[in-house]
Amino acid sequence: MITLRKISSGARPTCSFGFLCLAVICLSGGSLLISPRAAAQEPPYFVTYSHALEEPGNLEVEMKGTTASPQNGNRFLSGTLELEYGATAWWTTEVYLTGQTTANDSTIFNGFRWENRFRPLLREHFINPVLYVEYENLNEADRSLLEITGHDGVADYIVPNAIERGQTERSLEMKLILSSNFRGWNFSENFISEKDLNESDPWEFGYALGVSRPLALAASARSCTFCRENFAAGLELYGGLGTTDSFGWKATSQYLGPTIGFTIPRGPTVTFSPNFGLNANSLEVIYRVAVSYEVQQVFGRFHRSQQ
Amino acid sequence: MVALFALSVCVAANGSWLKHVPDADRRKVNPYAGQPDAIAAGAKMFADHCAQCHGPDARGHGKRPSLRSGRVQSATDGEIFWLLRNGNLTRGMPDWSFIPGPSRWQIIAYVKSLGARSNSNLAPAAVRNAPATLIQAEQR
Repeated sequence: MITLRKISSGARPTCSFGFLCLAVICLSGGSLLISPRAAAQEPPYFVTYSHALEEPGNLEVEMKGTTASPQNGNRFLSGTLELEYGATAWWTTEVYLTGQTTANDSTIFNGFRWENRFRPLLREHFINPVLYVEYENLNEADRSLLEITGHDGVADYIVPNAIERGQTERSLEMKLILSSNFRGWNFSENFISEKDLNESDPWEFGYALGVSRPLALAASARSCTFCRENFAAGLELYGGLGTTDSFGWKATSQYLGPTIGFTIPRGPTVTFSPNFGLNANSLEVIYRVAVSYEVQQVFGRFHRSQQ
Repeated sequence: MVALFALSVCVAANGSWLKHVPDADRRKVNPYAGQPDAIAAGAKMFADHCAQCHGPDARGHGKRPSLRSGRVQSATDGEIFWLLRNGNLTRGMPDWSFIPGPSRWQIIAYVKSLGARSNSNLAPAAVRNAPATLIQAEQR
């Protein structure tokens, strides 16, 4: 049974079985799905964006989990529920709800993000740009690590939740996404800038690079679960690039990791990636896992059910 | 917004994209054309990616165009390949460049086989291996 207690620094209830609480939240999100279909063929990235947008009318529901154990700190597990909707063939809008639990600490809700991605060029080119704009309303206890900017580092992840939950950051994040598909390979480069709207902090910068490929380029004739075409593998490299005051690699965190995605035919896509910190300011290892479902033509589905 | 989208999809059915296809793309030949295994694989891909808009039987869905129509069946394989790669974003057709080239050719092999099937010229191996939902839709 889940019990509630009050933490000493505030009156908000927290769950004493934090990981269990998060699992319940995840399952609740999953139970909302009706007849899911797989979101196949997209690169299996966690941090990097490619120019793949959601198909118009489709809703992708994704649960992302991130866990790491900072030195001199407690292991945390962050869960992010993503709802991605294809508004048009050139515009995708997405809402994120994020929470986290920290061992020997508490489980808290961090806030939300609202992002929009636009394709300015309407044909496929050798390099395809996508413009990304996101509004974030998150407290500083956010551990989702969906992007690394500025001087984000391991010291940020050892502050108790009770202190960070009261500090809400409203920020604007913009990305230039460049992405290419060539002979089955995807190459993606993201340039990230972020500005805290509350304070006069400088702009923060970051980057993410990804390369991936399906394990087979042609589909097999028979129905099969473990065909190579259902798997995609790749590599991601990402990290901070400092701020307008101190641009560069100094005092930033950097990560590199392989990633693999598996699409269960007519089911969900499961993606896994261990990310390894490349310098002393980084977490040693971040483990990421995601499960995504695509509900095709979601409003058409409601329309048909009314008939 | 919904009305605008519906209108754009409707306009997509007029085939205006055809005039944008470069000649070099128009002349491309499908390496899998007519191959039963490729048609079966294409049927699988079609069910996953295309049937949501064009219907499980490819006869169109609401205002989304039928892929059995004369316009599609008479388009060259290269023209359809170009459309799958580029999409027709302002008209509601997404691009499918993330589907690797060989798989896109398989989809085209399947779509083109539908014209033959309409004339009762079924490819037995393809039909045998196609997903059950597709076969049921064909038989309706």
